[in-house]
Amino acid sequence: MKIQKRTIALCLYFGILILPIYWMLNMSLRTNADILGDFALYPADITFQNYVKIFTDPTWYTAYINAIIYVSMNTVMSLAFALPAAYAFSRFKFIGDGQMFFWLLTNRMAPPAVFLLPYLQLYSTFKLMDTHIAVALAHCLFNVPLSVWILEGFMSGIPKEIDETAFIDGYSFPRFFITIFIPLIRAGVGVTAFFCFMFSWVELLFARTLTITEAKPIVATMTRTISATGLDWGLLAAAGVLTIVPGGLVIWFVRNHLAKGFALGRV
Amino acid sequence: MDKWEDNKAWFLVLPAFIIVAFSGIIPLMTVVNYSLQDIFGPGQAVFVGTEWFKEMLSNNRLHDALWRQFIFSGLVLLIEIPLGIIIALAMPKRGWGVSASLVILALPLVIPWNVIGTIWIIFTRPDIGLFGVWINGLDLLEVPFDHTAKPIYAWITLMAMEVWHWTPLVALLAYAGLRAIPEAYYQAAKIDGASAWATFLYIQLPKMRGVLTIAVLLRWMDSFLIYAEPFALTGGGPGNTTTFLSIYLVKLATMQFDLGPAAAFSIIYFLIVLLFSFAFYQALLNVGRGDKA
Repeated sequence: MKIQKRTIALCLYFGILILPIYWMLNMSLRTNADILGDFALYPADITFQNYVKIFTDPTWYTAYINAIIYVSMNTVMSLAFALPAAYAFSRFKFIGDGQMFFWLLTNRMAPPAVFLLPYLQLYSTFKLMDTHIAVALAHCLFNVPLSVWILEGFMSGIPKEIDETAFIDGYSFPRFFITIFIPLIRAGVGVTAFFCFMFSWVELLFARTLTITEAKPIVATMTRTISATGLDWGLLAAAGVLTIVPGGLVIWFVRNHLAKGFALGRV
Repeated sequence: MDKWEDNKAWFLVLPAFIIVAFSGIIPLMTVVNYSLQDIFGPGQAVFVGTEWFKEMLSNNRLHDALWRQFIFSGLVLLIEIPLGIIIALAMPKRGWGVSASLVILALPLVIPWNVIGTIWIIFTRPDIGLFGVWINGLDLLEVPFDHTAKPIYAWITLMAMEVWHWTPLVALLAYAGLRAIPEAYYQAAKIDGASAWATFLYIQLPKMRGVLTIAVLLRWMDSFLIYAEPFALTGGGPGNTTTFLSIYLVKLATMQFDLGPAAAFSIIYFLIVLLFSFAFYQALLNVGRGDKA
């Protein structure tokens, strides 16, 4: 009886969790006139015109493509830079290792707003403004430290004897690292990639400031739409629903590693 | 695990160091540079020493934003941590329910932060929002609910959004901590005839200490840096009642172009955060030690 009460409470909580998302979905399936004219708990006449508009209007759909491009770039970059560093932290003692690890973490904790102004200058100087690489680089500020942190946790779970055996067997370091070590921690790599994706995908401030038109991501397009035109709630809701889809897919793929990743990864 | 002592490991850390330094150190130096000068235009700058710092430290709007920030972050912890633990305790331990729960919990975490704001605008508006229409339909409030009308409504909406958005993270962390407790502990508790409350107090809570420390500090830090959600939901209003540190800083830097004061503010802000980061790091190290002992 007790367990059932618990389950009911949990379902209730999940219901509340889903409700605002459902409400946005509801809005996205109605026309703006319908939304403003008539309050309804579910869309009576389902219309996909908001979605059609997004998929046919280049300013909308390129914004999605832009976001996906820089998020993917950032994920690959973060992993590529963090893997060797995490290995060093998990296996070696070296001068300044503790300080270095802490310094990396402070970048994860730094308020992005602090870096806003200099980024404008820095990226203008390097002619990187309004490119995908600019946003991907900026997001490395918090994603590389985060990746090092998570990966170090996973790597420390692998006994050092494996490394030693491989080196005795004559493996060179790069070959050992790529063909033996990385496959051993692939769950960790997956979880890390998930968090890189997540934090890059949800970030607004850098993404909005470092892009003008060419690389403008969906989150920036949405905030500009709010301020620019008279509000089209249906369209805004549809754009919002579409931003949840990639995240939802990624969660689905890593769902079995998620709990372990949170514990080991120490996010 | 004993580590190899070898300073050549620096070569492995170097790429990560360079990329983070490019995004982290160079910009920070620029901020320091700005904070010490009065900039009139390109090439026209006068060294002013610590004047901007003095100005910002005695700035009432900064003080207000800082207090607001502390209250906000404090409330976040008070609500989210206990709620997250309760949810984690109620979650199923095996079967298909585990995957389903994890997926639902993780969903708010991958929604872009400004979309979170949009969702809550749509959800709470008095004309089209489910919550707004419902609460006004009850006719209990003297002033109809509208998060742009009264500061208290703006705060309630903001807190609801924040709790909705981030409690799942606490729950996921707490759940991960719970899953790591060996079954033997529960069996021992059962043999001793421990109540559910005693089991929680003497087994589950101490065993969750590590993940909960992470959860507390992570939520404290991140709520301290909050920008996009209040920006999208309230824009810092009504008035300045929901203007937190980041929002005020961005206003100062990109709308008024007060580079000097903004830079001085940035450094003060950064130092406050750095102080917490250090406490965070120390706490983490101690948690690690506690587990081994």
